[in-house]
Amino acid sequence: MSGVTLTIDGKSVAAEKGQTLLKAAEGAGIYIPRLCAYKDLLPHGSCRVCSVRVNGRIQAACVQTVTDGAIVENETAELQEYRRNIIDLLFVEGNHFCMYCEKSGHCELQALAYRFGITAPRYQLLYPKRDIDMSHPDVYLDHNRCILCGRCVRASQDLDHKNVFQFIERGCRKRLQVNGEALAATDLQVTDEAVASCPVGALMRKRVGYSVPVGERPYDNIPIGRDIETAGEE
Amino acid sequence: MKQPMAKGTDEICRRFGNDRTRMMDIVLEVQARFGCVSHEAMEQIARAVNTHPVEVESVVTFYSFLSVKPQGQVVIRLCSDIVDWMKGYEDVADAMSKELGVTMGETTPDGAITLTRTPCIGMSDQAPAALVNDVVVTHLTPERGRQLIRDLRRHLDPPQLVTMVGDGNNAHPLVRSMVRNNIRMRGPVHFAGFEPGSALRKTLALAPEAVIREIKESRLRGRGGAGFPAGLKWELARNAPGRKRYILCNADEGEPGTFKDRVLLTERADMVLEGMTIAGYAVGSDSGIIYLRGEYRYLQPFLESAIEERRRQGLLGTDILGKKGFPFDIRIQLGAGAYVCGEETALISSCEGLRGDPRNRPPFPPQQGYLGCPTIVNNVETFCCASRILLEGASWFAAMGSPRTSGTKVLSISGDCRKPGVYEVPFGITAQELIEMTEAENAGSMLIGGPSRQMIGSERFGGRICYDDLATGGAIMIFNRARNKLEIAEHYLDFFIEESCGHCTPCRVGLILLKRAVHKVVAGAGEPSDLTDMRDLSNFIIRTSRCGLGQAAPNPVLGALENFGDLYAGLVAERKPGLLPEFDLSQAVVDAELRAGRQSKYV
Repeated sequence: MSGVTLTIDGKSVAAEKGQTLLKAAEGAGIYIPRLCAYKDLLPHGSCRVCSVRVNGRIQAACVQTVTDGAIVENETAELQEYRRNIIDLLFVEGNHFCMYCEKSGHCELQALAYRFGITAPRYQLLYPKRDIDMSHPDVYLDHNRCILCGRCVRASQDLDHKNVFQFIERGCRKRLQVNGEALAATDLQVTDEAVASCPVGALMRKRVGYSVPVGERPYDNIPIGRDIETAGEE
Repeated sequence: MKQPMAKGTDEICRRFGNDRTRMMDIVLEVQARFGCVSHEAMEQIARAVNTHPVEVESVVTFYSFLSVKPQGQVVIRLCSDIVDWMKGYEDVADAMSKELGVTMGETTPDGAITLTRTPCIGMSDQAPAALVNDVVVTHLTPERGRQLIRDLRRHLDPPQLVTMVGDGNNAHPLVRSMVRNNIRMRGPVHFAGFEPGSALRKTLALAPEAVIREIKESRLRGRGGAGFPAGLKWELARNAPGRKRYILCNADEGEPGTFKDRVLLTERADMVLEGMTIAGYAVGSDSGIIYLRGEYRYLQPFLESAIEERRRQGLLGTDILGKKGFPFDIRIQLGAGAYVCGEETALISSCEGLRGDPRNRPPFPPQQGYLGCPTIVNNVETFCCASRILLEGASWFAAMGSPRTSGTKVLSISGDCRKPGVYEVPFGITAQELIEMTEAENAGSMLIGGPSRQMIGSERFGGRICYDDLATGGAIMIFNRARNKLEIAEHYLDFFIEESCGHCTPCRVGLILLKRAVHKVVAGAGEPSDLTDMRDLSNFIIRTSRCGLGQAAPNPVLGALENFGDLYAGLVAERKPGLLPEFDLSQAVVDAELRAGRQSKYV
C-alpha cells in the first residue's frame, strides 16, 4: 500500500493513493457532507454538497483524489455557508413537503437540513409542476422530490446491471427519465439497488410508508454523518 | 410512412458502423432526414447500436438542434444575441412571424416551416442573422425577412436563398454562402501567406520532443480563452500512458460575439489541419477530430474537401510526406447546438456520442480524454499558431506581443462600431485602440471575452488585451453610452440558464434564483440588501460550480454590479419592515382568480 498524508482542518490524515478525499476523510472519522455520493458508485460530482477547499481551491471531495501534503479545509464558515446554500437550492428547486412525506426521518436531504440547522429555505420556492409515476406495482417515482443526484442512474447500471434510468433535457429542464413508457414498462424490481439508493422520497417502495414511528426513525435522534464521526472516535 | 423511417434509420446506423460512439452523427442524420428523432427512431437506433432507448433520448434532448417532435421541413433559427437585438432583431422577428402566421417556436400548420430563435451563431459582424436549415442569411431587415419567407414558401429550398455570395472562400462552390469574412486587419501569424505542407516539412525534420520544445519556447498559450500553455499540454499528452492518442480541434466557438474561428476555417483551413497534424506528430497520435459547431455545418463539405485534398498531397494519411511510420488522419464531428460543448471535457463527451455534459476533472484530457485515451483539445486559432511557429520559429513568434503573452490574437469585434469584423492584433493592444480601429463612436462599455469574461466601462479602456489584464478568447463587443447595461447583463444570464447542462446544483438552480433577484431589482422592487444578496449568490455559484460555464455565468451580473453599480443602486430603496416587495399582490390575485375560475369580488 502506497500511502499519502494530508491534513483536513489541521488534522493529519493518512490515506491511500488514489482514494477520494471523501473516503480518506471518512477513514479518519471526518464526515464531509454529501448527497450524490453513494457507496462505491463512480462519483457524480453533481450535488456539490461535499465542496471542500484543497490547497485553496474549492473542489468536490467525492471526485478529487488525495495528494501528498494537501491542505484540505472542510468545516470552515465559508464552506458551511455554501453547503447550506446548496441544500437550500435543492429544497426550493423541487416540491418537498416533509410533514407528510413517507421518507421523513429517512431522508438524507432533510437530515442534512437538520444538521445544518435549516428550518426554512431562504430562497423563494420555485414550485415546479412535476409528475408522479405510479405505474409500477411495487415502486413509485415522484419527480417532485427528485434532486437529480443520479444515484439510481448509476446504481441501476453498475449494481443492478440494468439501465432503468437516465437524465434527459438540460439545464433547469433536466429530469430523470425511465427506459420505457413508464416505470412499469421497465425491468425495475423492488429489490433493485437503484430503489434503495434514492436519498430522498423520489423512488419509493409502495405499501411500506410510515412503518417506523416518529421518534424511532434513523435521523430522528442521530444526525446524519454521526456514524462516520463516532467510528473515528473509537 | 413507418417502413421508410425504420429502414432509413437502420441504414444510417449501419453507415456509422452501428457504433454507439457515433451517436451524434446518427441522430443528426435521422433529424435531417425525418425532421425529428421520434421515440420510434430512438428504439430503432438503440437496437442497432446496442444501447437503451433512454440513452438515445438523453442525447437527443440535450442538443437544441435535435428534436423529438417533428419540426418543419425548413427550420429558421433567428439569432437572438444582444448584438442582433441592437441591430433590429425584434422587428425582423415580428415581420417573419407575421408573414408566417406563427409565433416564435412554432411550425406552420402545413408542417413546412418552423420559426425559432437561437443564441449567437457566429455572425455578430453581419447581424441580424439567421440559419435557415444549414444556410446562413445575414443583414436581415423586416422586408428581407418577409421576402425570405415568401421565397421559402415557393421552393422550400434554403440554398436558393443565396443570390449573392461573400468574399474569399465564401464564394467557393462547396461553401456558396452570403457570409462575409470582414477581415479588417491582417497580421503576420494568421493572415500572411501559407503554403500547405511547408510547416509540416520543417516539423518532420525534427524529433517529436523538439517540436514540443519549439512550441514551449514560443510561449504559445491556448487561444480559446483559458490560456493554458500549449506546449505543456502536448507534453503531458505525449508522456501519458495510453494505447492511442487523439488530437481534437475545438471549432465550437459558441461564446456570444465570437466568429474569428469561422473566418480561420474559411480562409485558413490548411493552417488548422496542418497544426493538428503537427500536434499529432509531436504527441504521437494518428487521429484528429475537428468538433465543428452545428451552426457552421455549411462549412463541412468545404472542410472535408480540404482534408481530402491533403490526403491526395500526402499531407494526411499514412507515411505523411514520406515519413515512415507517421500516419495521421482527421475526421469532422458535427455539434448540434450546445454552448457548453466548447468546454473541452463536454466536447469530448459529445465526440463520444454522449450528452455534452462536462466531466469531472481529474482526470484531465491529456491523461484520459476521448475514449479514455490521452487527448489534447486546442482551439482552431491555436493550431494555426502552431503551424506558423513551426514555419517561422519559436523566437520569431515569441518576439511579438506583450511580455507575458506572446504572438498575436485574432479578435472578433462587433456591436456599436462602424467596422465590425476580424482583426489580427499583437497582444498588448489597448481597448481604446480597438475602439479607434473599429471607428466606434460614443463607446460606453465593452464586453471583453464575451459574457463569460468581463464587461468594462470607459475608465478601463486603457487596459491591454492579454492574459494578465483583459483576457479574451477573441470576442469583443462594443456598446455605446445609450445601451442599457443591466439589460445586457440580464440577457446573458438568460443565455447561461438556457445553456447550462444542469448537472451541478449551483449552476442549475443558482442561476434561476440569481435571475429572480436581478429581475426583482430591475422591476423596481429591490432593497439595498438585494444587491448584497446578488453578489453573494454570484460568488457562491462561481466558486462551487463544476465547470467553466457555471464559474463564469454570474460574470455579466457581477460585472454590471462592479462597473455600473450605481445603475442598480438607483433602482433599489429601503422598504417598510414586514413587507415583501417581491410579492406582487395584484398579480397574485390574478393568478388566484385564474385558478379558482372566478373573479374576486373585492377587486
